[in-house]
Amino acid sequence: MIDLSEKTAVITGAAQGIGLAITEKLAMNNAAVIIVDINKKLIDQRVEMLTSRGLNAAGYQADVTKSDQIEDIFKEISSTRGNIDILINNAGITRDGLLMKMKEEDWDLVLAINLKGTFICTQKVSRYMLKQRSGVIINIASVVGIMGNAGQANYAASKGGIIALTKSTAREFASRNIRVNAVAPGFIETEMTSILSEEVIKKYAEAIPLKRMGKPEDVADLCLFLASDLAKYITGQTIQVDGGLIM
Amino acid sequence: MDITAKVKEIIVEELGVEESEVTMEANFIEDLGADSLDTVELIMKFEEEFDIDIADEDAEKLVTVGKAIEYLKSKIN
Ligand SMILES: NC(=O)c1ccc[n+]([C@@H]2O[C@H](COP(=O)([O-])OP(=O)(O)OC[C@H]3O[C@@H](n4cnc5c(N)ncnc54)[C@H](O)[C@@H]3O)[C@@H](O)[C@H]2O)c1
Repeated sequence: MIDLSEKTAVITGAAQGIGLAITEKLAMNNAAVIIVDINKKLIDQRVEMLTSRGLNAAGYQADVTKSDQIEDIFKEISSTRGNIDILINNAGITRDGLLMKMKEEDWDLVLAINLKGTFICTQKVSRYMLKQRSGVIINIASVVGIMGNAGQANYAASKGGIIALTKSTAREFASRNIRVNAVAPGFIETEMTSILSEEVIKKYAEAIPLKRMGKPEDVADLCLFLASDLAKYITGQTIQVDGGLIM
Repeated sequence: MDITAKVKEIIVEELGVEESEVTMEANFIEDLGADSLDTVELIMKFEEEFDIDIADEDAEKLVTVGKAIEYLKSKIN
């Protein structure tokens, strides 16, 4: 049995989709969860929904690319709750397009939110985790960061970057008992993939050995495991949750 | 404020060493067992405690307790 009571978990981009599923999963296993997202309206709804089920949840509005906002949030969480035990860097976006026609601003924005945002949140939480001499950081990458994808040069670069960042961070923090891993989802049913046509989705599903798209909960189950002591000897890894899409 | 006493107190707390070990000549890494992460944390703590900025070029030179105290005194007064 996994029991995360006494643990505080911060999840970025958790107002919907995969981040929300991770938040619910950790909360149902007794963690105190804190949603950090840019979407204020949704945060309030989600916190309300979670607390009405008797779960320990709170939320902050922030943009992961703004280091001062992130710094303030961690300072407040640390002073009100003591430890910050788990950070899930999940906030991410896509701005797809063929490389030849990709606008620089679409490149910059995807790299800023997905990669730099992960760096900023990791840097700002590190002073607390280093001091505690414990912590778990999980970065949400993507199989696209491993295999590449036509039309997603910016997104693939950001996710490949997250995988390399994960390994470097794992090495730097290992002596302080802080584990850092990446999770690489395949095709998961969320808003992010809802823009794809039914035809495209069908085609993708056929290419997946387990013959279906993943659900946010599939990703959340892996995160729960990695956040728990069951994964105490695992660091610096990128673990795929993709129905066997790439092997 | 007694800067020397405050600095020593911070070092004892951050590095988990005995006060008697924190002599002026003590080298953070060689004598007090600090690793590279500890030295970064120590500098950040000085910045926070004394409300100053310590440039990376300066931080590199603060290898002993005495050098740190001397530097902080010059910055604060
Ligand atoms: N859906 C998939 O198939 C899939 C596959 C692989 C990886 N992923 C990754 O999983 C993560 C979550 O994806 P999702 O499908 O749930 O996406 P989503 O679009 O449903 O949710 C993303 C959340 O991030 C928030 N967000 C966006 N920019 C932000 C910022 N600057 N600061 C703070 N919050 C911000 C949004 O408000 C939203 O709540 C992303 O990192 C994504 O790249 C998704």
